[in-house]
Amino acid sequence: MKKYKKILLVAAASLSFATASFAVEKLKIGTEGAYPPFNLIDSSGEVVGFDLDIAKALCEKMKVECSVVISDWDGIIPALNAKKFDFLAASMSITEERLQAVDFTDPYYTNGLQFIAPKSSDFKVDKDSLKGKVIGAQRATIAGNWLEDNLGKAIDIKLYDTNENAYLDLASGRLDGVLADKFVNWEWLKSDAGASYEFKGEPVFDNDKIGIALRKGNDELRERLNTALKEIVADGTYKTINDKYFPFNVY
Amino acid sequence: MKWDVIVKWLPKLLEGAYLTLELVAIAVLVGLLIAIPMGMARASRHWYVRALPFSYIFFFRGTPLLLQLFLVYYGLAQFDAIRQGPLWPYLRDPYWCALIAMTMHTAAYIAEIIRGAIQAVPPGEVEAARSLGMSRAQTMWHIILPRAARIGLPAYSNEVILMLKASSLASTITLLELTGMARTIIARTYLPVEIFFAAGLFYLVMTFILVQVFRWLERKLRVDALQGR
Repeated sequence: MKKYKKILLVAAASLSFATASFAVEKLKIGTEGAYPPFNLIDSSGEVVGFDLDIAKALCEKMKVECSVVISDWDGIIPALNAKKFDFLAASMSITEERLQAVDFTDPYYTNGLQFIAPKSSDFKVDKDSLKGKVIGAQRATIAGNWLEDNLGKAIDIKLYDTNENAYLDLASGRLDGVLADKFVNWEWLKSDAGASYEFKGEPVFDNDKIGIALRKGNDELRERLNTALKEIVADGTYKTINDKYFPFNVY
Repeated sequence: MKWDVIVKWLPKLLEGAYLTLELVAIAVLVGLLIAIPMGMARASRHWYVRALPFSYIFFFRGTPLLLQLFLVYYGLAQFDAIRQGPLWPYLRDPYWCALIAMTMHTAAYIAEIIRGAIQAVPPGEVEAARSLGMSRAQTMWHIILPRAARIGLPAYSNEVILMLKASSLASTITLLELTGMARTIIARTYLPVEIFFAAGLFYLVMTFILVQVFRWLERKLRVDALQGR
């Protein structure tokens, strides 16, 4: 019995020593995992993409250990506020409406909204030509809100749980066009499924700033993320990640 | 709780509730019409009559409604033959896709309720009818079916209420029924607690009304008095 106690004691001591020496702060990154090339689940089940590469680079600079948590897009802000994760790297646009619910870091890339439609279709993006068209977008995105605010009742808006489902319906012919982030559209147009589609018109909304979302009042973490972001832009890490995904600069 | 937000979006939620009721009402009524012959066939003594409804029920009870919705909505649309076919104007529309999937799904469950009800009709009553000179068809029409309807009614009302809640899955194929509408409103307001609370109340009220309707129907058909053997 005494022997066992000794062993237990040693074990307990070494355990506490181990945790003490490796006590690294742990943070959870929230993302959607259905938004290529920014965040997606690869064939091995891992969440990868531009957002994750940036977030992991930030974690490295802040010297914290990060794990990834996936959430459905339309519940991702409530999940953040319910402390399911510490910050959101999910290509989220900084909007007035969202600032009521969460805080954002400095933007880590700049996006725009642009329509895509079949190459064969005569698709113009002014309000009169769009009248009566069926347009798809993802629910709870600035694309969906832009359609409602600017075209409202003139068109038939279909909202999808993921952007990928909107593309599926564009391919099936249910939709005349899709409005989404231009980089996400660009990625899909490159794929086999998107081969017979193209951008239509100029981006309807530019200068859409994408930031990392945090719970309100989490200023300390926000400052650390901002500092880390400046560092990865300065030391070229950002450019390496950028070039891995895009032949142009998205910052 | 921000009550004013609920009040502000109430008309939209009502719109969604109306679509929910419409989908469920059509699905459970058409589903019943499909299920009656299927349930009768399922209760047959001959295996070759039972085989077809058995496999139908096996498939639709064995797979989730969500999967069936996706198969009808995204799956069928993958085939050029269907996109060029005569049914495309309907299959293009998420409303029809939801109705088709929900109706076929609930028909399988209702058929099984009817099968059980037919088999629960006391054999003595069937034998009495036959010995009075009724043909098999007459026995089915005058004795077995009216009796089975009363036996199966409580289970059917259960199925209707289950479908009311299952209809929320239609929001995944872009339909703005009650759940879809609530999720779209939350996308603008970021107030999930308030809006889901309101939507939940709508479901409760609809369920309450349905329960009352079925209770009235059970009284009218004197279900309780006929349950005894």
